[in-house]
Amino acid sequence: MTAHPRHDVALDVTEIPTFGFGHRSLLWWATASMMIIEGMVFAMVIVSYVYLKGRTPHWPPSGPSPDLFWGTLNTVVLLASAVPNQLTKKAAERFDLGGVRLWMAVCLVFAVAFNTIRFVEFQHLNVRWDTNAYGSVVWVLVGFHTVHVITDFLDSSVLAALIFVGPVDEHRFVDVSENSLYWYFVVLTWLPIYAVVYFGSRIA
Amino acid sequence: MMAREEKKPRLVERDTRLESDALGRERSLLDATWSNGRGLIAWMAETDHKAIGRRYIVTAFGFFALGGILAALMRIQLARPENTFLSPDLYNQIFSMHGTTMMFLFAVPVVLAMGVYLVPLMVGARSMAFPRMLAYSYWMFLFGGIFLYVMFFLNTGPDNGWFSYVPLAGPEFGYGKRADVWAQLITFTEVSGLIVATCLVCTIFKMRTPGMSLHRMPLFVWSMLITSFMVIFAMPSIIIASTCLIMDRLISTHFFNQAEGGDPLLWQHLFWFFGHPEVYIIFLPALGMMSEVISTSARRKVVGYTEMVLSMSATAFIGFGVWVHHMFSTGLPQLGQSFFTAASIMIVIPTAIQTFNWIGTIWTARRLQITVPFLYMASFFFIFIIGGLTGVMLASVPLDRQVHDTFFVVAHFHYVLIGGSTFPLLGGIFFWFPKITGRMLNRRIGQVSFWLLFVGFNLTFFPMHLLGLDGMPRRVYTYPTSMGWHNLNLLASVGAAIIFVSLLVYLVNIIVSLRHGVVAGENPWGASTLEWATTSPPPPYNFAPQLTVASSEPLWHSELAPPPIVGLAADKREVLVTYLLDAEPDHRYPMPGPSLWPLVAAVATSVMFVWSIFQAWGVVWGSIPIFLALVGWFWPTKTKERLEQGVRGRMTVSESLS
Repeated sequence: MTAHPRHDVALDVTEIPTFGFGHRSLLWWATASMMIIEGMVFAMVIVSYVYLKGRTPHWPPSGPSPDLFWGTLNTVVLLASAVPNQLTKKAAERFDLGGVRLWMAVCLVFAVAFNTIRFVEFQHLNVRWDTNAYGSVVWVLVGFHTVHVITDFLDSSVLAALIFVGPVDEHRFVDVSENSLYWYFVVLTWLPIYAVVYFGSRIA
Repeated sequence: MMAREEKKPRLVERDTRLESDALGRERSLLDATWSNGRGLIAWMAETDHKAIGRRYIVTAFGFFALGGILAALMRIQLARPENTFLSPDLYNQIFSMHGTTMMFLFAVPVVLAMGVYLVPLMVGARSMAFPRMLAYSYWMFLFGGIFLYVMFFLNTGPDNGWFSYVPLAGPEFGYGKRADVWAQLITFTEVSGLIVATCLVCTIFKMRTPGMSLHRMPLFVWSMLITSFMVIFAMPSIIIASTCLIMDRLISTHFFNQAEGGDPLLWQHLFWFFGHPEVYIIFLPALGMMSEVISTSARRKVVGYTEMVLSMSATAFIGFGVWVHHMFSTGLPQLGQSFFTAASIMIVIPTAIQTFNWIGTIWTARRLQITVPFLYMASFFFIFIIGGLTGVMLASVPLDRQVHDTFFVVAHFHYVLIGGSTFPLLGGIFFWFPKITGRMLNRRIGQVSFWLLFVGFNLTFFPMHLLGLDGMPRRVYTYPTSMGWHNLNLLASVGAAIIFVSLLVYLVNIIVSLRHGVVAGENPWGASTLEWATTSPPPPYNFAPQLTVASSEPLWHSELAPPPIVGLAADKREVLVTYLLDAEPDHRYPMPGPSLWPLVAAVATSVMFVWSIFQAWGVVWGSIPIFLALVGWFWPTKTKERLEQGVRGRMTVSESLS
C-alpha cells in the first residue's frame, strides 16, 4: 500500500464496546428507514382516500359508515399493548432475560387478541373492496395495516422463540429493543388510519 | 443491573501491530476470514459488496444491451415511412419494454450499484451494512428482469408505455396479463432499490471511518446519500400505484375506475410523484461521479463543496414538488399549473450552481488532464445543458401543450437522461475500471468510442426535436410518406447505428483491457479519495489497517498522517461503527458471513410475486415459503461460533446468567 501510515501513532479500538442500543446501532437506522418507507406508503393511501373523497359527491357513496365499536375496541387494545412493549424494551436494555421472556410473551398475547378482533372489524366496515372506490381504499388502508400487524406478530414470535431457546448475547437484546421500536410504529400509524377510516366518512 | 463502564478508543504509540511482519500476518488472517472460497455454492452465497456491486453493474449493462437492441429495432422500423418491419402490437410492446428496461432495470440499478461498489471503499469501511440484505436485493433485481424478458418472449410484454397509464392498462382495456407483468416487475425493482438505499444510508451514516465527519465526505458519497433518501421517500408512491393497479385488475377494486368513484388521474399523480424524483435518482449519482472525476482531472478540490452539497439536496427536495408538469394536458386548475411551472423552473437554480462550480473547478485547475473519463464528463456540459434548456421550455404550460406527446419530449428526456446520467456513468466506469479490475482501459480506443457516441447520440436525438416541433407523435409505429418526416427519421436511425458501434467499441475495450490492459496500481489517476488507498482490485476486507482521515482529500494531504486503526478483530468479519456527525468510533460490530439464505428467500419471494399475477390467493400461499426462508435466514446456525465470539471478545450475557 502506498498510503503506508506513519507507524508511530495508532488509534486502538480494542476496548470499545461490541454493540450499542438505539441510534448507535445499525439496526436502528435500518428500522428507521423501514418506518419512513412504510409511513410514506400509509400517507400515500391516506392522500388517495382524501383525493377520492374530494371527487365523490356522497361519501360513503352508498351504505353506512364503518361501525365504530370494533375498530375503537381494537384501538384501545393496540394502545394498551404499548405497556408490555415498553416493558420488553426496557428489560432488553438492561439485559434482563427473564423480563424479556415474560413481556414478549404478553406482547404476543396482545397481538393475537388484536388480530382476532381485526377479523371481526373487517366484517363491520360495511363495504366490500369491490363495491366502489371508497370500499377499495378503506380495505387497502385497514388491510395494509393488518399485513403489518401479522408480519410483526410472526417475526416477534420467531424472536421470542430465539429468546427462549438461546443462545442470547448482547446483539439479541438489541434485536428485541429494535423490534419493540417497530411495534410502536405499528401502533402509532394506526391512529391516523383509524381517524380516516372511521371518521373520514362521518365528517363532511 | 449490569451497567457497564464504556471504554473509549485510545491513541497508542509505536504499536507492534503495525510493524510489517505483524501486518502481513494480520492480512493473511483477514484474507481467510473475509474470503468466500471457490465453487458454485460460494458464488451463490456471496455477500461482499464489491462482488455484488460488480454483478449489479454487469447485469444492469446486460439489460442496457437488451434495451438498446429494442431501441435499434424501433429505429429500423421508423427509418422509412409506412414500414412493416414491426407490427403495431409488437411495436407497442417494444417501446414499453425499452422504457421499462432502461428506467427500472438499467438506469436506477446501475447508479445504485456504483454506490454499492464504491461507497464502503470511499468511506474507508471494511464492508457494507447488511451484506446479506444486499445479496437478497441483487437476486430480486435479477429475477425481476428475467421474469420481464421471459414474459416478453411469451408475447406478454407490457404494452402501455413505461408509465402504464390507466385506463389503457386497467382491467377494461389492458389485454391479457401484460399490464400485470409490468406492475409486478415494478414490485421486484422496488424491493431491490429500497434495500440498496437502506444499506447505503446505514453505511454512510454509521460506518464512515473515524475523522470523516459529514463535511469531509466525498461528493459522490453525498450524492449517493441524497439519492438513497429520494428512493426511500419516492418509491412508496409507486408501491401504492402498482399495487392498486394490479388489484383493480385482479380482485376488482375500483381505484382508477371512473364508473365506481375511482379516478384515472389518481394513477398519474401517484405515478409521477414517484416518476419525477426517479429522474433525479438517476441523475444525482452521475453528478457525484462528475465531481470526483473533474476534481481529479483538475488536481484540486471542487469549487464550493458546501454549495454542491446544498444544491444536490435542493434538487432532491424540489424534485418532489414538480410532478404535475407531466400532467399539464390533463386540465388541472390554472393555479396548480402555475405553481408547478414555477417549481420546475426553480430546479434550474441548483443545477446551474453545480454547473458553474464545475466550470470554476476546471477554470482554476492546477494542471488539467484531459483523460477519457474527463471527456465524458465534459460532454455533460453540452448534452445535458441542451436537455436542461428544453426542460425549461417544457415546464411552461403553453409550450408543453403544443409539443406534449411528440418526439420533442422524446428528444428532451434522452438528452437529460443520457447526457445527465449515461455519459457520466460511462465516464465513471472508465474512471473506476482500474480499481475494480486492476487494469486500465485503453485510452485510444476509449477516445474513439467516446467520439462515436457523442456524434451518434446527437445525430439520433437532435433531429427528434425538429420532428416533435413538426408534430410527429410519440409511440406511433409508423407514419405516412406525405408527412415529410422520413429524412430526419432516417438521420436518427443512422445515428442509432453509430451509437451501437460506439458501445460495441466500448465493450471491446473492456474485453481486451481485462486481459491486456496496463496494470493500474493503487492510484493511477492520482485521485484524492480513500478507495484509491488500497490495492486494485481491493482485498475482500478493503483496508488493513483501516485508515482514518484528517481532510476531505486524504490522499492529497498525506502530511497530515492521521493514525490508522488497530484492534479490529481479524478472525471475524468485524467492522467499526461510528457516530453519525463526526464519525468518532462507537463500537465494533460483527458482520454476517456468506449465506445461501438470501438466494433462497429471493426465489421464494419471486415465486410469490409471479404466482400472484395468476391467482390472488398466491399472495397468501406464496408467503408461507417466504416466511420459512426468512426464519431459516435469521435462525442462528453457528451457535457454537457465536458463543466463542463472545468468549473471545467479552463475556456474553447468557454466560453471565448461566
